[in-house]
Amino acid sequence: MTDLSTAGPPPGETEYQRVQRSDEFQGLRRAFRNFVFPMTALFLVWYFVYVLLANYAHDFMSIRLGGSNITVGLLFGLGQFVSTFAITMLYARWANRKFDARADALRREIEEGEL
Amino acid sequence: MSETGTDIGNPWVNIGIFAAFVLVTLVIVFRASRQNKSAADFYAGGRNFTGPQNGTAIAGDYLSAASFLGICGAIALNGYDGFLYSIGFLVAWLVALLLVAELLRNTGKFTMADVLSFRLRQRPVRMAAALATLLVVFFYLLAQMAGAGGLVALLLGVDSQAGQSLVIAVVGALMILYVLVGGMKGTTWVQIIKAVLLIAGAAIMTVWVLAKFGFNLSDLLGGAVEMAGPEGQSLLEPGKQYGADGTSKLSFLSLALALVLGTAGLPHVLMRFYTVPTAQEARRSVVWAIWLIGIFYLFTLVLGYGAGALVGPEAINNAPGGVNSAAPLLAFALGGEILLGLISAVAFATILAVVAGLTITAAASFSHDIYANVIKKGKVKPDAEVRIARWTVVVIGVVAIVGGIFAQNQNVAFLVALAFAVAASANLPTIVYSLFWKRFNTSGALWSIYGGLVSCIVLIVLSPTVSGNEKAMFPSADFDIFPLTNPGLVSIPLGFLLGIVGTLLSKEQPHPEKFAEMEVRSLTGAGAEKAVAKH
Repeated sequence: MTDLSTAGPPPGETEYQRVQRSDEFQGLRRAFRNFVFPMTALFLVWYFVYVLLANYAHDFMSIRLGGSNITVGLLFGLGQFVSTFAITMLYARWANRKFDARADALRREIEEGEL
Repeated sequence: MSETGTDIGNPWVNIGIFAAFVLVTLVIVFRASRQNKSAADFYAGGRNFTGPQNGTAIAGDYLSAASFLGICGAIALNGYDGFLYSIGFLVAWLVALLLVAELLRNTGKFTMADVLSFRLRQRPVRMAAALATLLVVFFYLLAQMAGAGGLVALLLGVDSQAGQSLVIAVVGALMILYVLVGGMKGTTWVQIIKAVLLIAGAAIMTVWVLAKFGFNLSDLLGGAVEMAGPEGQSLLEPGKQYGADGTSKLSFLSLALALVLGTAGLPHVLMRFYTVPTAQEARRSVVWAIWLIGIFYLFTLVLGYGAGALVGPEAINNAPGGVNSAAPLLAFALGGEILLGLISAVAFATILAVVAGLTITAAASFSHDIYANVIKKGKVKPDAEVRIARWTVVVIGVVAIVGGIFAQNQNVAFLVALAFAVAASANLPTIVYSLFWKRFNTSGALWSIYGGLVSCIVLIVLSPTVSGNEKAMFPSADFDIFPLTNPGLVSIPLGFLLGIVGTLLSKEQPHPEKFAEMEVRSLTGAGAEKAVAKH
């Protein structure tokens, strides 16, 4: 990678490569990946913990709560709904508040050829 | 109450309510069709739908008869294991939300292949992606059409083979009409109306069921347990359907993997992200879809146990539609023939809306990817492309009718799970790699798509779903070498792995400038396809 501060753009570099190298874009990309990758890992792990429990820990999942017909397994299953709704809201809030403005600013710069 | 046919209820009420649905949607489709001019109109509804509209349409596209009737029935008969199924279908949407929807909207035009071929060699990748699309759509379509035949026996009191075939033909013909006339815009409105009817119908029944049990979930579960007799307690515990032995448990694991990773690779779901003007609206679509689908699956939990408690497993098993009859029988038990008629009509509307969505996806994939870009190498007028797409709609409609008639007495329920497995093994790895992995190349994409595709098909053919036992498609044959009923556990890791191996083995020169364009566009939305101006 060339030194940004002194050299001009390398010969043959496209507009998009120039944007890709910029600090703004690298920051945006890092912010996006830092949010979505851990979040994806989190819900996949939680989902498979649940599936494995339901598949291989029947006795645990079958425990009735306080004499009712509600089982631990049912609570865990409903927990999957809660976590899915929660992650959805968290992501939408993060993207609306933190991501869109930065992405939009970059998009305008690119489309108006200012960068 | 007339006891004609095999079942309860009045078929004429069912037919009347369904006819009203068809009439209303046809009027809307004809109105929507006035603006169908360009390819973006026909394939993507002019990209003018709002996030909430598209989210509702996604729910309408996704909540097939299999999820409504199938999951209600599975919970009624198998209790907790049926519930497990619905969770996979829901959690899967987070993959679409976080990793796929917005980036796809920003980089593609009409099809999944648009994104995959962005920085790879166009023709081979488009061909592979289009074949995967057509195959997934075909499996899904066949399952829906065959299901339509079975539903008829139950809901309209049509028992005869000829009568069921006729209904399949009517469903197919209506579907062709909707898609030909309305394009994506018409299809979307059909899906929106259907989603509203389905979710509203399920909501009414849910409140009704809960009211019968004093809004106490534990009492409802207790009712289902009591109705099921001495073995009833097992309804509350996992394992009734999948827990028999180590192999069936692995089969379930395999299914769970295919469900959670398949959704974000289903072509008819992906195509819906192009019907909105921006990535932000694509995000809102998925948020709406997740809420609607999640709430709907919570309803099915109540409805499933409600059917178990108020109808009982014996009556469900003995009804003509078997497991699929749980929800309609519950509707009859609650609200008599009017509610049964409404729910039956909604079930038909569901099939119609889902097959319309599948058909337009397949038509776009054939005409945009195979005809325009592979055969004509991109040198084709948009008019000609849309004309080919319309012809494809007719061909697919006819294939679906014929396939549905042949499949109606086969056990084809596994086809939906197979479609998810192919989507997760062949489509998702290539989508994720091409969006996030710089080094990924054409060879990796081809290895992954064809490897995922072929391994899925081979494994399902060699599985107990197809041969080796009395429930199989070919009960008398015996070539079930692969023990699991779903191929996902093997084929999905294989699809991801082949993408890496194929990439590393290839000597293809990387295209950093194309990856730069794709990455910048996918995150910022620069240069994304714009909505068609409203006329």
